Amino acid sequence: MSEFKPTNPVIRWIEHRLPIFSFLDHAVGSEYPTPRNLNYWWNYGSLAGIALMILIITGIMLAMQYTPHQDFAFDSVERIMRDVNYGWLLRYVHMNGGSFFFIVVYIHILRGLYYGSYKEPRELLWIIGVTLLLLMMAAAFLGYVLPWGQLSYWAAKVITNMFTAFPIVGEPIVTWLWGGYTVGNPTLNRFFALHYLIPFVIVGVVMLHIWALHRFGSSNPVGIDANGPQDKIPFHPYYTIKDLFGLGVFLTLFAALVFFAPNMLGETINYVEANPLVTPAHIVPEWYFLPFYAILRSVTFDLWFLSAKLIGVVLMFGSTMILFLVPWLDRSPVRSARFRPWYKWFFWIWVFDCAVLTWVGANPPEPPYLYIGQVGTVWYFSHFLVILPLLSIFEPTKPLPSSIGEPVLKGGGAATATGAASKPMEKA
Amino acid sequence: MKRLIIAAAAAAVLFGLQAGAVLAAEGKALPERDWSFSGIFGSFDRGAMQRGLQVYREVCSGCHSLRLIAFRNFAALGYSEDEIKALAAEYTVEGGPDQEGEMFERPGLPADRVPSPFPNAKAAAAANNGAVPPDLSLMIKARDGGADYLHALLTGYAEPPDDLEVLEGQNYNLYFPGNMIAMAEPLFEDAVEYGDGTAATVEQMASDVAHFLAWAAEPAMEERKRMGIKVVLFLLVFTAVLFAVKRKVWANLP
Repeated sequence: MSEFKPTNPVIRWIEHRLPIFSFLDHAVGSEYPTPRNLNYWWNYGSLAGIALMILIITGIMLAMQYTPHQDFAFDSVERIMRDVNYGWLLRYVHMNGGSFFFIVVYIHILRGLYYGSYKEPRELLWIIGVTLLLLMMAAAFLGYVLPWGQLSYWAAKVITNMFTAFPIVGEPIVTWLWGGYTVGNPTLNRFFALHYLIPFVIVGVVMLHIWALHRFGSSNPVGIDANGPQDKIPFHPYYTIKDLFGLGVFLTLFAALVFFAPNMLGETINYVEANPLVTPAHIVPEWYFLPFYAILRSVTFDLWFLSAKLIGVVLMFGSTMILFLVPWLDRSPVRSARFRPWYKWFFWIWVFDCAVLTWVGANPPEPPYLYIGQVGTVWYFSHFLVILPLLSIFEPTKPLPSSIGEPVLKGGGAATATGAASKPMEKA
Repeated sequence: MKRLIIAAAAAAVLFGLQAGAVLAAEGKALPERDWSFSGIFGSFDRGAMQRGLQVYREVCSGCHSLRLIAFRNFAALGYSEDEIKALAAEYTVEGGPDQEGEMFERPGLPADRVPSPFPNAKAAAAANNGAVPPDLSLMIKARDGGADYLHALLTGYAEPPDDLEVLEGQNYNLYFPGNMIAMAEPLFEDAVEYGDGTAATVEQMASDVAHFLAWAAEPAMEERKRMGIKVVLFLLVFTAVLFAVKRKVWANLP
């Protein structure tokens, strides 16, 4: 990690006047020290950034051909699919890019939860990340409305209608959101405008996320702070090449989906143009919203003066919002689940719970799915509100290694739960 | 390596889970057919598509529109420019306004969309007992089961069970959700006479028209799959190279 000294005269000329090259070198180059033991779960942050760029680029090109009008939106999308040069490719990349963005970000979040990346001093980094998740969800929901298929229309209707659950202010809010008395042309227009805006807001917040990350650097699989320079290696070339390899795997899977099964994750009924007079038999959101949809529909009873609908809506929003509090719900001093024998189990049970809720969300809200969804919802919240605080007090944690470099350099890996460290490229 | 496989598999597992949950279909199980366009190497059968177009024109088009398809698109079925011009000219479309501001009738041109049988949905409903025959351009992508479903539906008309009362204007179909469909059985033996000598059985016509509509729903499918094979092969090789470089770089770890 030496001082940045460019040899190319042009770069030197620019660097003297605008030190952008040394800035980049500090940010993602050879002068950004990174823990030497990051495993492949640390790839998903950069993958999320690349997925975002793919979405923005294809999205801008689609916007050049798309018509945000209730009479023309559906046909303009088909025009893109049939008559625009490689329009089908742009649209399928954009459509499935959304799904891949969520897959990558969900794994990124799970990694943070497993290795305790949200703990002191990275709480704000985590909070900015959860904000990014909320922004993504808003962008995804708005974007799903634009093709103006049956589910586009009815998803917009169902989701915006949730605000009517709030007493007194609910109805006026919904009319205001719609720009009318039902989902219509003004709604489609503003959704398009906002769908174009939010990704750039996300880019801004991503910069804050990276800024906060660079304050203390990446966390790592053993979850202890670096003791000295021997624990860190320069980001470039070690992690640039590792991230590039991960990107290759990601793009291969992504291409297989886009070219061979582009409609696999979508609903067929969305290829029917929106019709306000015909309600689809099953209204289901995109797969990445299914767990939240299951939580929304799991509340079937009123509580005192609170309607079931209102409680469902609050729980649904709460299920994401609760992530904001995780750094304070989990008070355990140990970051990594490798040294938390109980938490490790509860983590995987919670992941399984989310999978179950996803499955429930895809099914109609009737027994047995309803009951399974209710149990799943209770467990979802208990994990955060009961289990995490209790584990912080009662869990017997394992002894931590004395340094990041120690298990790696000795090649023993005694302190690590999975995998030996004999080959650096595998250990990573 | 183990880590790597787990990390890569995580995405795959997520997929499987979702696909399984979302694809939970309803109704009688569809007989799965072997279409030439299925699979990653799939391509459309020109003969089947041309026969399917004939079935559409002589049977379906009496009630169903195909509004996203233009005559020029039929080049993909293997027709020449002159054949397409001749085919388009068989239709009459409204042109204009002319210099006097009058609308007029003219023969169709390759750039014209296939004319719809009814001027609007109200007219379609009025002529069909109140049920609007849906547009067929995207039908294969708009129904679970796709071409399998359409084929099953067209061949799925049967005698209703004794305890079931079929209402006036309704027909019993094994594969339609709810079993009651407004469309009367459309295909009968030799309803069309194929130019290539193929026997026009109900089975054959249903299969041909499903094939034609599979193309109509996704005309870019062949191009997409061909490009996909090249892209995925490239990415596999490129990723392998990146992996080798990664090993090389990490071997020099201080």
